[in-house]
Amino acid sequence: MATKILTEHINVPGIETFEVYRKQGGYAAVEKAIKTMSSEEVVEEAKKSGIRGRGGAGFPMGMKWGFLAKPEGVPRYLVCNADESEPGTFKDHHLMKSIPHLLIEGMIVSSYALGANKSFIYVRGELMYVIRILEKAIEEAKVNGFLGKNILGSGYDLELVVQSGGGAYICGEETALLESLEGKRGNPRNKPPFPAVKGLYQSPTVVNNVESIANMPWVINHGGDAYAAIGIGRSTGTKLISASGHIQKPGVYEIELGLGVDEFLNSDEYCGGIRKGHYLKALVAGGSSVPILPAHLITKTAAGEDRLMSYESLSDGGFATGTMMGSGGFIVFDETACIVRNTWNFSRFYHHESCGQCSPCREGTGWMEKVLHRIEHGHGSLHDIDLLVDVAKKIEGNTICPLGDAAAWPIASAIRHFREEFEWHINSPKEATQPGAVFMGAVLA
Amino acid sequence: MTETPNPVAFTPERLAKVKEVITRYPEGRQKSALLPVLHIAQEQWGWVSSEVMDYVAEILSIEPVEVYEVASFYTMYHLDPVGKHVIEYCRTGPCCLMGGEEIYDYLKQKLGIQAGETTADGLFTIKEVECLAACGWGPVFQIREQFYMNLTRERVDEIIEELSK
Repeated sequence: MATKILTEHINVPGIETFEVYRKQGGYAAVEKAIKTMSSEEVVEEAKKSGIRGRGGAGFPMGMKWGFLAKPEGVPRYLVCNADESEPGTFKDHHLMKSIPHLLIEGMIVSSYALGANKSFIYVRGELMYVIRILEKAIEEAKVNGFLGKNILGSGYDLELVVQSGGGAYICGEETALLESLEGKRGNPRNKPPFPAVKGLYQSPTVVNNVESIANMPWVINHGGDAYAAIGIGRSTGTKLISASGHIQKPGVYEIELGLGVDEFLNSDEYCGGIRKGHYLKALVAGGSSVPILPAHLITKTAAGEDRLMSYESLSDGGFATGTMMGSGGFIVFDETACIVRNTWNFSRFYHHESCGQCSPCREGTGWMEKVLHRIEHGHGSLHDIDLLVDVAKKIEGNTICPLGDAAAWPIASAIRHFREEFEWHINSPKEATQPGAVFMGAVLA
Repeated sequence: MTETPNPVAFTPERLAKVKEVITRYPEGRQKSALLPVLHIAQEQWGWVSSEVMDYVAEILSIEPVEVYEVASFYTMYHLDPVGKHVIEYCRTGPCCLMGGEEIYDYLKQKLGIQAGETTADGLFTIKEVECLAACGWGPVFQIREQFYMNLTRERVDEIIEELSK
């Protein structure tokens, strides 16, 4: 039986209440950390766990905590990134609405570790009902002495604030999120200085994803070494995967890292396979930003090895034949899906969500959307394919934040693996623009 | 459609809420309350007019332009009057894979309006939005805080009928 760190109690009736959560062993990590450990010891456990940021970047969380500057007399902040907006990703939404106290408990032990007395949970504004659930949970934790002044008589004070966003994908980028939290437009900041030195209100700040923080109670209760023993290699612990698209059982699944992609996709415990009567065409493994994979590179790597759900195995082969873990947004396409249409759809998303600060992204995402629109609608030329690759290359690496890269990668990879399908749209516009028309060549290859 | 009354003022309950929100941030950082306060304003008036933005600026002791630039950056704030129910329809890839485009066409046809338009009776406005983080339950749209998921034509009929009462 696979270890469940985040979802073990998620289906217990009433788990959203303090009482039931507490009965299931909730808040034991706060007691243990605050009563028996120093803040440095908590940071040490996070480091030992090897847990990597679950928002998409995969940077080791303990190391990030270690960078936090600690000048005398300056407040430090922990900000939880709950701006989940990456297409294909809905795990944090699921976790927060189902078991809000897990995040609250994680916020308390993490804030204690960092010496923060005021911490924020920045939730995308569309999830207003989740904000209300979190605020209720915070109130319960406060009444029970786990938040507020002098927590459990330790002398440690913590106030938790839930902040609502206003609808902007870019605020998932940590410095844009901080700008937004200061009441400004979500324009990412130039780095350095990094948030660890100058973050919220120019004070040292750590920004972590919901799932990352929600792992901390388990790490405290069982130790960082126990966490690191789960998973494979540098992909330690478990990961929430948001599974969507043409599968039998869409939903959020907690897996031990290292699980085979084949098992995740096809076993009844997880996705349950492709919907009946259809077959696999492509996979976006980690949210819309990551490179798309064609059928033959999904369960096996280019070298013929089993592909695993781990940071390393998913990126095996680099961008030529691999992809990325990203946020764990696992979008499955069967043979009825049109890759050109989906690529156009994603390009429109990035154009819409570009903050407009950097010219390559502001202009380039618009150009790419326009070119993809004309290919999809039967007005493209063969030259357009190279033009897309060229524009994508000129955006990549030339912007303040990674949104530009995120816009470029899906397009570059779709052309790399599905060029024939783009050519078919251009060479056979009449067929390609029929309602429901899909290129059938590539999937048979 | 809701017209902004003159003079603009929060109800006593909402004003109390706004004041509480402002206390959440460190001294002098009341501008942090801007996004939440704009949500409260939209809850009261249905949309955010320039008069409302000026009022919010005054409450937070910031310049009106600081409110305008924020309200126009974030997609959730309606800068024009809207219908009683704003249907925020997800148009992003994963929902489309689940038949989102077909259901969207059906919805537009049923209401006789396009994105950005409001029905003649002022009941419904359609707004296209990007991914709502509910991809496993697509197609999805949202009306205020409520998510409507796994949409089908029949489900759309039911929802519209229910909200038209």
